[in-house]
Amino acid sequence: MLRSLKHRGPDSTGFAVYGANTPGDYVMRFVLAEQEDMSKGFDMKKIVEERLELVEERLAEHGAEVKHRESATDYAKRFIIHHTGDTELMARHIEDIEGVEILSMGNSLELIKDLGDADVVSDQYGLGAFEGTHGIGHTRMATESDVDIRSAHPYWAFPYNDVSVVHNGQITNYWIMRRQLERQGHRFMSHCDSELLAVYTANNLANGVTLEDSMRRSIGEIDGVFTYLVATKDQLGMAKDTMAAKPLVLYQSDDLIVMASEEVAIRSILPQEIDTTDPYDEEVFVWQA
Amino acid sequence: MASVTDQELKQMSQEERVTAFGMRTEQLTGRSLYIEFEEDEGSNFTYPWAPDVDFNKRVEIDADEFDTTGANNKIRELMEEGYGTIVIKNPRGKHSLGVGILSRLNLIIEGSTGYFGVGLIDGPNVRINGRVGWSCGENMMSGTVLIEKNAGSTFGAAIRGGDLVCRGSVGSRTGIDMKGGTIIVGGDTGALSGFMMQRGRMVVCGNAGKNLGDSMYDGTIYVGGEIQSLGVDAVPAELTQLDKDWLTRKLSQYDLMPETGVDHFTKVVAGKQLWNYDNLEPNEKKLIL
Repeated sequence: MLRSLKHRGPDSTGFAVYGANTPGDYVMRFVLAEQEDMSKGFDMKKIVEERLELVEERLAEHGAEVKHRESATDYAKRFIIHHTGDTELMARHIEDIEGVEILSMGNSLELIKDLGDADVVSDQYGLGAFEGTHGIGHTRMATESDVDIRSAHPYWAFPYNDVSVVHNGQITNYWIMRRQLERQGHRFMSHCDSELLAVYTANNLANGVTLEDSMRRSIGEIDGVFTYLVATKDQLGMAKDTMAAKPLVLYQSDDLIVMASEEVAIRSILPQEIDTTDPYDEEVFVWQA
Repeated sequence: MASVTDQELKQMSQEERVTAFGMRTEQLTGRSLYIEFEEDEGSNFTYPWAPDVDFNKRVEIDADEFDTTGANNKIRELMEEGYGTIVIKNPRGKHSLGVGILSRLNLIIEGSTGYFGVGLIDGPNVRINGRVGWSCGENMMSGTVLIEKNAGSTFGAAIRGGDLVCRGSVGSRTGIDMKGGTIIVGGDTGALSGFMMQRGRMVVCGNAGKNLGDSMYDGTIYVGGEIQSLGVDAVPAELTQLDKDWLTRKLSQYDLMPETGVDHFTKVVAGKQLWNYDNLEPNEKKLIL
């Protein structure tokens, strides 16, 4: 689907995919540097190795057992860890290492994003072999923030292990909302307005708000034009702003939900004749597995 | 004006105030049906370079074999060869299919199209068996377009003439900036439909979203179902017998005539308070608003 949306922007591509899970096990996807940093200076490789050693140290410090290690690139790693303590505290401690960002720490979620189009990122991270139940993805043309991994979608709704967000649009009260959320202790890793939706969702979930209520609430509280999707281990949600200014095409049947900004993405996987619709303004759907 | 006192104006409804100021002389014809050509000017309706096609010559194109530009070029090539009936198979949500056709043609699209399908056309009769994406038929000047399923937002944006018909439901901002022609929707339409409408007619057999006809300059909107809310300067008007006759004729033509008839349709026109080219002084405007 993302391949067919390449024309929307080839700057970066991201996938939030949901697979099998084992209680207490987390897949930690993290980067030790931005892609472009790797070509800066002769010592970069050594710096990245040192950062990796620090990550291992801090994982051990928090009692996490690393069961499996993979390297998609020199700067992007995938660890399967077993941990029964406070994952938020551990994540914050790891992200305290300069240049290190945890993309996701999911029991079911794995979040992969990098610069390049869908084929490049998928091949680089071996996504073709991934088996799972659902996922959301994004292909980006950077308009208001940098072309780097931290500004790419999807966003992990830190510290909720299995919540991810993708967004199409512009949020015009970004700074007001960001400052409010920062005052409440939430962390922002980028200057991309889309990240706000992930943090906003995380904040609502922390306050006991259901995903559906959070998405309904967002329509009144977040200014601008937006269509965004949220995925959890067993839920998938979509919300459209009050102007319905950003597109979304939806197909749903008894056993399949497919959404995309353009029909062409849906038709790329469902060539047979199907009925699709455009959700209206202020519409929110949340599907429960 | 002189015969109406300030006190009387304050007691009037918005529509009555507008009428008292002589700002609206609503009738079925309105500006939308100004005669802009003579019947014997038929020769002016074809472009000198328009190919002479034979409707009985039929050919099929498999859109899988082309990109959008290639498919559109193929249509032109076939028209040059005299084909008057062209069937496009496997459109699979491709954008901008069938745009800019400026002469008579029967174009049948078997499937769904993406954004900007059959825009900027002047003359062809188009039938689309699937769904269409955003801005289908935008800027069309004449001809007919009949869509069997749903349509995305900005359906018929800036349409100037012809009939644009969707049997299903359409998204938001239907007929935005329309300057003529007729848009017919068999189902519902989204928010801000008829936004900044300047001429022409829109018929919605189902419900209309919020802010219907917002900032419309002229033209007429008929709604068979419920209207969530009227936009700024959109006002209800009396459904005359001429309106009913026209609706009956037009809806029957596309097999969309409701079983209950058309008596229940609501007619919406411009209040014309937002016009900046009237003779009102600023203080008079304030009085109205």
